[in-house]
Amino acid sequence: MTTTAPAPVTDPPGEADPFSPEILADPLPFQAALRDAGPVTYLTRYALYGMGRYAEVHAALVDWQRFCSGAGVGLANFRREKPWRPPSLLLEADPPHHDAPRRVLAPILGPRALRRLRDRWFAAAEAHIDALLADGGPGPVEVDAMADLAESFPLRVFPDAVGIAREGREHLLPYGDHLFNAFGPANELVARGAPYVADHAAWVNAQCTREALADDGFGAEIWAAADRGDITPEQAPLVVRSLLSAGVDTTVHGLGAVLRALATHPEAWAALRARPDRARVAFDEAVRWESPVQTFFRTAEVDVPIGDVVVPEGAKILMFLGAANRDPRHWSEPDRFDLTRDPSGHVGFGMGLHQCVGQHVARLEAAALLTALAARVERIEPTAAPTRHLNNTMRAFASQPMRLHRAR
Amino acid sequence: MQVTADRLTVTEKAAVADGVVALTLERGDGSRLPDWEPGAHVDVTLASGATRQYSLCGDRWDAHRYRIAVLREADGRGGSAYVHDALHVGDQVILGGPRNDFPMVPAARYVFVAGGIGITPLLPMVVQAALVGADWELLYGGRRRTSMAFLDELAPHGGRVRTVPEDEAGLLPLDEVLHPARTDTVVYCCGPAPLLAAVERTVAATGWEPHRLRTERFTAAEPPPPVRDEPFELELARTGARVSVPPRLSVLDAARRAGATTLSSCEKGICGTCETTVLDGVPDHRDSILADHERAAGDVIFPCVSRAASDRLVLDL
Repeated sequence: MTTTAPAPVTDPPGEADPFSPEILADPLPFQAALRDAGPVTYLTRYALYGMGRYAEVHAALVDWQRFCSGAGVGLANFRREKPWRPPSLLLEADPPHHDAPRRVLAPILGPRALRRLRDRWFAAAEAHIDALLADGGPGPVEVDAMADLAESFPLRVFPDAVGIAREGREHLLPYGDHLFNAFGPANELVARGAPYVADHAAWVNAQCTREALADDGFGAEIWAAADRGDITPEQAPLVVRSLLSAGVDTTVHGLGAVLRALATHPEAWAALRARPDRARVAFDEAVRWESPVQTFFRTAEVDVPIGDVVVPEGAKILMFLGAANRDPRHWSEPDRFDLTRDPSGHVGFGMGLHQCVGQHVARLEAAALLTALAARVERIEPTAAPTRHLNNTMRAFASQPMRLHRAR
Repeated sequence: MQVTADRLTVTEKAAVADGVVALTLERGDGSRLPDWEPGAHVDVTLASGATRQYSLCGDRWDAHRYRIAVLREADGRGGSAYVHDALHVGDQVILGGPRNDFPMVPAARYVFVAGGIGITPLLPMVVQAALVGADWELLYGGRRRTSMAFLDELAPHGGRVRTVPEDEAGLLPLDEVLHPARTDTVVYCCGPAPLLAAVERTVAATGWEPHRLRTERFTAAEPPPPVRDEPFELELARTGARVSVPPRLSVLDAARRAGATTLSSCEKGICGTCETTVLDGVPDHRDSILADHERAAGDVIFPCVSRAASDRLVLDL
């Protein structure tokens, strides 16, 4: 069981750098201190406000009128600074501009539309696991759960579902990684990605044109909406870009989280094998527990009183989704990964108008992978400590060495 | 009348034109109402058990209040007479939705054509068109000036709004706003059937691309099954568990009490996470997701907000 070690936090939360390598590597002590400091805390380092308690984070996420996204959901305030790329029509927009792109995308990625992918993705997951197990000879199979499962499976099914070219898909993960770093401050992580991002972005943007997309994927459906006049032809490629920006790294690290949880909680793995229909719940519990997307910013549209503090109009507010998902004021034993828990209501996908429009896609990918794995693998044994991959927004692993013991 | 689906309290009732009252609806506890966009309507179930659909015509930036406007219809099914005569400030109604079959699409220019009470969905569209800096004009007809609601709210828009009371100026001069066909413009029309037919004819004859005309009809669809005010039985097919769902308990919570683990997220009928297959029984849909034909199919339900119209509801849980 992984728990929060009550590690000492040297700085008071208001003076800490939440984007320092130390806190990114282990954010839990900082997040606990932030929650305990109050519903909202001024973070001096970046001159912004931080919120970590479930109730206030949830309330702010649904309150788009006072906590806007159009000034950017990262540290940069688009009212004063030029965004590094044309802003997202979904993530970085408010009503009314947000309305049409969201209305078009939601049904394309909705559970009813995904039914046609279900059998295909379940079969793909079975083939994926079968191939992985076949490589290892008769005994247990050594894998890296990141490279061999969490990354390779989504990359096998999701880009095909969008309908992009096979050539060049290696750009997807580093593009997303940089995008999620760029929501934070211009630190070393951003500097490391900056020299390459133009290449990645050029490839991603090239995939979003009508001509580049297969005629039966999510991308083509977005362009069909433009043909019906539901969005403009200028909006269509940016909506496709949202799929490629927000739909890959997030799912990879969500799967990384659930694989970590199941590898370190053998009782949960056994329970999942007995009831594979709980795969969706397992995934959401892992999204709560690990919160692959740790943070998003909002901007105060007006002066907003929160507790004893007034967040002034124009100030940036950093919402710690990960902290809210482990707030003991809302969850019992929040540090415990618990397959018998009902994780409903977690804010790992956000909440409100901007709640992850692809959440049903992520759940389907997870259900396919976990169901195939549960049918074939009796025991998952971590063989070495996992390695963290640091990112300004995401909580992620670089590698997770594991041994898969075949079911007999 | 005791059901869980969202109950709203009438906090204001005002005559806004001859035969038209505007109602302000709020939650008793002052909490946020579901978000909506121009063109959206809500299902309002009255104490009489009747359910009617009304366009939202208030301010979407006010998360705590809905406004609807209701025309007294001489030949209506009694819902409008009830609203006018028997529904008072302090009374409660039940909310379903909001849903939007008449959404506003992005365009450089809009032509809005309203007939009578058809102004209601167009009023928030006008506000939004002005807000985003689109070019727009509104052609608004009614029988008499005093029967036309919201003229005061439209007045600040000056020359973009053309009001045409029939007793003073005759029928709406559709040709003047619909000629020639344009490719930078979307036409929104709401009003009585003859007006819609006239606009459709003009648009077709003028050569507009079909998707540039968006209309909303005020003809009542099949009335939905009456809302129950008694408990119904919920059966979970996978375990055989049965539980009675009393008023004020959601189907989702009832299923959880009966041992089901049903993932949910927004619990407002918006995100779709709790979608569940219906094996038997008639759902009373209260979500913002399903279109009318999907509701009629009756094969899925969003148990966070929706209920049963039948004595028994069997879910694939």
